[in-house]
Amino acid sequence: MEAGQQLPTQTYRVTRADLVRYAGASGDFNPIHWSERFATKVGLPGVIAHGMFTMALAGRALTTWAGAPDGVVNVEVRFTRPVPVPDDDTGTEIEVSGVVEQVTDESFGVSITATCDGQKVLGRAHAILRHRRG
Amino acid sequence: MPLDRSYVGRSLPPTAPYQVGREKIREFATAIGADDPAYHDPAAAAALGYRDVIAPPTFPIVVTTAASQQLIDDPGLGMDYSRVVHGDQRFAYTRPVVAGDELVCVNTVEEITERGGHEFITTRTDVTTPAGEPVVTAWSKLVVRGEG
Repeated sequence: MEAGQQLPTQTYRVTRADLVRYAGASGDFNPIHWSERFATKVGLPGVIAHGMFTMALAGRALTTWAGAPDGVVNVEVRFTRPVPVPDDDTGTEIEVSGVVEQVTDESFGVSITATCDGQKVLGRAHAILRHRRG
Repeated sequence: MPLDRSYVGRSLPPTAPYQVGREKIREFATAIGADDPAYHDPAAAAALGYRDVIAPPTFPIVVTTAASQQLIDDPGLGMDYSRVVHGDQRFAYTRPVVAGDELVCVNTVEEITERGGHEFITTRTDVTTPAGEPVVTAWSKLVVRGEG
């Protein structure tokens, strides 16, 4: 692990069904995440993913890179752009990539990039991951 | 109505303990497609040294969002939740949330600013066991969109 190293890019598909499932699991029932009628009424292009769902996918990438389900020490993101999710079978795709920043004996920093349709959906996204056990 | 600046630095009373259920963690992990056995199988979590399944990194939002209702319901603060957009989110972990945890939240208003007709409120939620053992700290920056 060294600074500047590119981590393997992770790609996640997101459909309307995923948003409904996440709404139920998280308790976030804001209608902008499931009602086209409501979302367009408040000026959105359509139903959008929960920001915290996108962050959860970034979290999956982080635990993959850490090689441990409990390997995340710190994570922070800014929600910079909505992720529209069309009402079809394929939905949309979120790509999460990472570059290693500072490395210490216990942990390493990661700069996270999350994009949807080539546009950044997270900004100021950084994490600190513990080195793999053993 | 602007947010009451006198809330900056203020901590609200601890919330009632949230009981973290094993099935809730499994449901959350399934919803985000996280299939690591430690989120689903107590034996896999035990192999990592935990007494029950552990939660994925962003699971604490379930607990802190419930706790933030305290701020939304506070008439003095004056937060119009229908105008709120999630700006930033941060978690700093002492350890992962484990099924069976009872979690108490203390919400603190860290900062209120204004820019371009919008207000920004940063809250810190210290999540601990009832005995005060730290588990995770969450920071949320919310944007309260200006009218018009």
